[in-house]
Amino acid sequence: MRMRDAVTAVRETGDFTEIQEAIPYTRFMGITAELIDGEVIGRMRYSDHLVGNAAVPALHGGTLGALMESTAIFKLLWHGETTAVPKTINITVEYLRGARPEDVFARAEFTRHGRRVANVRVFAYQDDPERPVAVATAHFLLVQE
Amino acid sequence: MSDPFHSQKDEIKRRLEGRYVGAVPHNQALNLRVVDYRPEHLALALPYREDLVGNPETGVLHGGCITSLIDATCGGAVIMSLAAPRRIATLDLRIDYVRPALPHQEVICDAHCYKVTRHVAFVRAAAHHGDKASPIATSSGTFVVFRDDGRRDDDGVSR
Repeated sequence: MRMRDAVTAVRETGDFTEIQEAIPYTRFMGITAELIDGEVIGRMRYSDHLVGNAAVPALHGGTLGALMESTAIFKLLWHGETTAVPKTINITVEYLRGARPEDVFARAEFTRHGRRVANVRVFAYQDDPERPVAVATAHFLLVQE
Repeated sequence: MSDPFHSQKDEIKRRLEGRYVGAVPHNQALNLRVVDYRPEHLALALPYREDLVGNPETGVLHGGCITSLIDATCGGAVIMSLAAPRRIATLDLRIDYVRPALPHQEVICDAHCYKVTRHVAFVRAAAHHGDKASPIATSSGTFVVFRDDGRRDDDGVSR
């Protein structure tokens, strides 16, 4: 399936299965998204290869960044006006507490959704959305260069 | 005059490969490889793989695995800047994607831990395809260094 078709499927049905299947990396990471009460919720299913510190144990910080960047992109695709895939300009990840070896969820908010650039804040959490394990601020370019 | 670092370099590289890259499941899952090490500097390579691609139409690696590469390289640069082994944790990491990555090419991250205080280490990094002067991404990060009982200070700020 082409990306454009997968994006169109997200737009029309709110089903992220096709785009998640179309992107090799999200399959590798077990990253998915679904609409829950109209909100795009990202999820990274736990797998042993996501661990960064086996002694603690805790998930690798990079995997949390990957989940948050992916969730922001999925939300932009759901709300966007074109089938172009947003390009990440930059992302800043703040790590607040160790992430246990369990599933991680993420929720994104648009700080500003302009025509060219979107400013997005993302929260990653495990059992309590009010106690995020990491937060991210990211900017995305929405138009083709 | 012998250079103590130079004579230990192979041993340091083996330790990095075994204990840092090899002992970290996600670093191993990405097949990260030590490319270079000198005091306060570390370079790791992320080999290109089809299952790490972010856009199947361009064949370019996903930003997420580049984040993991940069985080791992910066953390390793901190570890190798410390006089004694300490547990560290990433406080924050900023990544600017300054130009698109190319398909079918491995990505190398060069990290420099330019300042270590009692509780905090500061790192700059760049990810590239082999030419440091032409980076794909530039990055800066801070890490907390655990000193005594392994607990993070309440405010996380160095004194």
